[in-house]
Amino acid sequence: MSALEFDAVSVRYGKLTAVDGVSLTVPSGQVVGLVGESGSGKSTLARAAAGLAPVSAGRVLLDGVDVRRLPRRRPLQMVFQDPYSSLDPRMAIGESIAEAMPRGTQRRAEVARLLELVNLDPDRARTLPGQLSGGQRQRVALARALAGQPKVLIADEITSALDVSVQGAVLNLVRDVQRRLALSMLFISHNLAVVRYVSDVVAVMYLGRIVEAGPAEQVLTDPKHPYTRDLLAAAPSAHRGLLDDTGDDALADTEPADPHHPPAGCHYHPRCPIGPFVHADRTVCVRADPHHAAGHRPHRAACHFAA
Amino acid sequence: MARRGSVWAAAVRTPVGACSAVLLALVVVLAALAPALWGDGAAAIDTDAIGRGPSGAHPFGTDSLGRDLVLRTLVATRLSVGLAVLATAIGAGTGVVLGTLPSVLPRRVGRLLTAVVDIAVAFPGLLLALFLAVIFGVGTHGAVLAIGFATAPAFARLVQTLSASVHGRDFVAAARIAGVGPIRLPVRHVLPNIGEPLVVNATIGAGSALLAFAGLSFLGIGVQAPDYDWGRLLREGLDGIYVNPVAALAPAAAVVLAGLAFNLVGETVAAVVGVRTRVNRRGAAPLPAARPAVAETPAGDAVLVVENLQVAFPGPAGWTVPVRGVSFSVRAGEAIGVVGESGSGKSLTALAVSRLVEAPGVVTADRLEFDGRPLAAASDRELGTSLAMVFQDPMTSFNPARRVGGQLAEVSEQHHGLSRRQAFARAVDRLAAVRVPAAERRARQYPHEFSGGMRQRAMIGMGLMGRPKLIVADEPTTALDVTVQRQVLRLLARTREAEGAAILLISHDIAVVSQTCERMLVMYAGRVVEDLPTGSPARHPYTRALLATTVDLETDRDRPLEVIPGRPPEPDQLPAGCAFAARCPLASDRCRTEDPVLEPATAGHRVACWHPQLSVLSGQSHEEGAA
Amino acid sequence: MTTAAAPARLRGGPWPAFAARRLARFAVSLWALVTAAFLMIHLVPGDPVRAALGLTAPADLVRARRQELGLDDPLWVQYGHYLRGLVTGDFGTSMASGQPVSQVIGDRLPATLQLALPAFAVVVAVAIPVGVVFAVLTRGGRRRGGELAFTSVSVFLAAIPEFLVAVALVALFAVGLGWFPVAGGDDASAYVLPVAALATGPSAVLARIVRVELLSVLGADFVRTARAKRLPARLVYLRHALPNALTATLTLGGLMLTGLVAGTVLVENVFAWPGLGSTIVQSILQKDYPLVQGIVLVYGVGVLLVNLLVDVVLGLLDPRSAIREA
Repeated sequence: MSALEFDAVSVRYGKLTAVDGVSLTVPSGQVVGLVGESGSGKSTLARAAAGLAPVSAGRVLLDGVDVRRLPRRRPLQMVFQDPYSSLDPRMAIGESIAEAMPRGTQRRAEVARLLELVNLDPDRARTLPGQLSGGQRQRVALARALAGQPKVLIADEITSALDVSVQGAVLNLVRDVQRRLALSMLFISHNLAVVRYVSDVVAVMYLGRIVEAGPAEQVLTDPKHPYTRDLLAAAPSAHRGLLDDTGDDALADTEPADPHHPPAGCHYHPRCPIGPFVHADRTVCVRADPHHAAGHRPHRAACHFAA
Repeated sequence: MARRGSVWAAAVRTPVGACSAVLLALVVVLAALAPALWGDGAAAIDTDAIGRGPSGAHPFGTDSLGRDLVLRTLVATRLSVGLAVLATAIGAGTGVVLGTLPSVLPRRVGRLLTAVVDIAVAFPGLLLALFLAVIFGVGTHGAVLAIGFATAPAFARLVQTLSASVHGRDFVAAARIAGVGPIRLPVRHVLPNIGEPLVVNATIGAGSALLAFAGLSFLGIGVQAPDYDWGRLLREGLDGIYVNPVAALAPAAAVVLAGLAFNLVGETVAAVVGVRTRVNRRGAAPLPAARPAVAETPAGDAVLVVENLQVAFPGPAGWTVPVRGVSFSVRAGEAIGVVGESGSGKSLTALAVSRLVEAPGVVTADRLEFDGRPLAAASDRELGTSLAMVFQDPMTSFNPARRVGGQLAEVSEQHHGLSRRQAFARAVDRLAAVRVPAAERRARQYPHEFSGGMRQRAMIGMGLMGRPKLIVADEPTTALDVTVQRQVLRLLARTREAEGAAILLISHDIAVVSQTCERMLVMYAGRVVEDLPTGSPARHPYTRALLATTVDLETDRDRPLEVIPGRPPEPDQLPAGCAFAARCPLASDRCRTEDPVLEPATAGHRVACWHPQLSVLSGQSHEEGAA
Repeated sequence: MTTAAAPARLRGGPWPAFAARRLARFAVSLWALVTAAFLMIHLVPGDPVRAALGLTAPADLVRARRQELGLDDPLWVQYGHYLRGLVTGDFGTSMASGQPVSQVIGDRLPATLQLALPAFAVVVAVAIPVGVVFAVLTRGGRRRGGELAFTSVSVFLAAIPEFLVAVALVALFAVGLGWFPVAGGDDASAYVLPVAALATGPSAVLARIVRVELLSVLGADFVRTARAKRLPARLVYLRHALPNALTATLTLGGLMLTGLVAGTVLVENVFAWPGLGSTIVQSILQKDYPLVQGIVLVYGVGVLLVNLLVDVVLGLLDPRSAIREA
């Protein structure tokens, strides 16, 4: 039973602020889904929690303890996007899994148990990753993460490299394992539908900040931030024609914002359909950062005109 | 990389590899045995035969003391090769240490070390060796140290580059999270993954060291009399070249052969490591004939007619056929989607109908017509102006070294005969047409100054330089964010409306295709298994399964997702019957033995299945309605 | 169009920063080179003067020479002297001949350049066309035989060091056929063999690099785009593929070019060419340390200049390279 808490975390690489003062809690035993486009900082946030990205301000807390003070073997594990890069090609999968185990574990038995847990034949412990398919590798990666006996699991785009027919099996497995072991999980994806399926809580990230967060069903059925609405509308769906809703095309044709030079005020204002470029009187969006009062709005929406 | 030793074995099996391996073995044996066998003979002074030319007794003549040059060359093998190997060992060892230290040392010290290596590596080895030879002194010891340390920076750089690429991979990050310590990490994860190229380079390095050593000895800085290696023998040979031109030949041949042996063994192994699957066309069976398909009578206004299209590549074990008898037609102004998983052959189909499959790939078809004429006979001007392509990765599909406007303009320069200025003006106009803001300015920018979405627009604009009758878009939005994806898909839809162009949209995302196209072709293992209007219920079990597994915003969160068990067959291991049979819940014996043909089921709906489904399964109703 | 576009790239662009960074790197390398050359004489085990003059030299002479060279001063004083000397063009005095080092270098450098520059021109003129032709002919696994022939010949030529090529050329064309002089001679024929010896190996290496790089570029997505535009093959290769292949070639080729500078040392020795290369070997054998120091500096600066040149050309060819590192 563990909660992962991001407390005003920032990550900077030189002049680029990849994550900008993000506060987010992954409650014990729950799944928090994090969506956003590429470059929004969602993966950097995950890497910060895992100690792979430098936290330049704020803290990441695991059960109230700063993760930087935790011992080398942390109760926090991660599964990566690319199953072809996340397993050592020169190491048998059983060995990869065993490596993550705390000292004094019955390694062989535990490897077999974990392989079985992720629906792989325990006899394959000696195979090299090269002989496995992408979906099988992703199962091995999950088994390795579980070998560290984590309380918190971070899943970073774990199905985006997989074909649809394999994606379902991996998602089912992750959800099943999370429930069985009561893990707290941060589930990151650019795919809103996948996040919706897995998560209890959904947080939406844009240019290094969280713009909206709340219970999954509420955020997705009644989004408060215009960016969330835009994401929902853009999700390809067989039920909607492409040209059905005539969003403002002048806005749609703007370049996506450059993370190196984020816009002033609300980061989203140049693309916002309810912002200053549509309603000329809404100059507040250019002047003031809607983040400061976000806590008082529904879904912590970072929008001056949250509906 | 299933079997490690097999790389060297495979290298030896190539003709070049075999020769060099034999050569290397010979060199090693000579180095071991020659001094014992012929050491005395090589040292025997014969005052009666000083400086002689070739003769029966001395095939390459004698030196200034009447010693036999062949024997001296053979005996010199040990010293020449031994010193080279010693120097390489020093160089590689120092290099590995210098290359690994920066990742272990404190950051600043590490950077300093890297900077020193960077500076040293810029200087050619021979200059470094000369410089070091001054410090270590003239002679054998000095030369070994000089050559060893002179090669160290290059090895250090290699180790740094290789480990940096390994460090960038996720398994190192995963190992770190798993708590793997700072010693075990490089030893267990990094070094094994760079070991192979390192050994290869050390082998090649030994060859270079051999040559460098010969050079130093030749200059008189290396081995000193009375010792002799090939370099010294060469020097003596050159000094007497007017008396006996052949004298330099024996040591020269020895140096070249030994150097080549090391080089070639290394190079062939490197080639085998780099290119695992060698294309071997010799002995490949003739291309298998595609099976006859039930021809669909194409509509009169078809812009693209494809009948029994097959794309094959020669493989080590005969032909691999990733596209096996695909038939469809696209009518003018129609939007058709091709869906399938990776490896289904959908992208190759797109390339084949655009005449872009290059050798060694072979495209055959009973009929392949664009705009009413055989594609093979179409002129470049015709295809360049009426067939537009949009590729998957907008980041790599533009030439990084040329301005975007120029890359559009060259279409009109080439095919419309416009001047550079006129063509550029048209490019600006077309960029504006695909709603690239500030088109005039953007046209003068380089591709890297464009975002992914803007590049994809520019790509569509490139197709609009002419008047396309067909736009082939191969996963045009896969690399883009959803909001940008919608913009690009809308742009395609608008372009189709405005220009009356047909669209062939390749995508792995069934929802994208449903949204954009009227008809979709579902591909599996190189075949079209179903051709159906979007919106009508699917009949093929694979299509139905694909639809069921797709997660969308209406998926029931309380039930597990549908899955398709198993995985698609490899293109070179196709079963006799239906390729989907192994994963199909409805498969019968017939399915496993007899391959179903794509046949019309109802008007505008074709399916290749022995058990096409008609009923609407419960729980899948709306997905089916969607299709 | 080019004139109008150029400012867009220069204005506030990465160019000033790029130039500054490259110059800074040059300066640091130069400093490292000068310091290494200075330290060389101090790293020689024992007394360099004693070593140079021999064990039989009278102690007075050694002492006097030591004083003359300033070897008895503290190290940093000597370093200061050395740097000051370099700035004023004073490279010291040759121990063997008593001539100023700068004068020796001035006498010998032109001869070396007369070899290196034509050899470089030959390498470029031969290697790039050959590499391009073989890349185009053997792309996508075509003409296995041609590939095998190219690879074996180029590997073979690349594996033979310059001095062996030189010896072989001498044996064949000078001694055997008598077409060219072995050593000496002022007319153009005297250059043929040394330049050929110097250019053969690097040409083979560069041709291989050009071919490999061009082949990898020919597989790139943007070449497929160019083919989709149905441009004539000539434009696809020369306008789209080659410039991109050359950027990669230059990076590797730069190293090889500096290797050519080093190659002159050996080739000059074979042909008794009165350049820096023969001089440095003599002075190493004579332990004439000030002269060695001076020549090492000249070679080193030559290498650094080549590297700087390569960097600048790379920056001009590839609009991304300047930015990538920013």
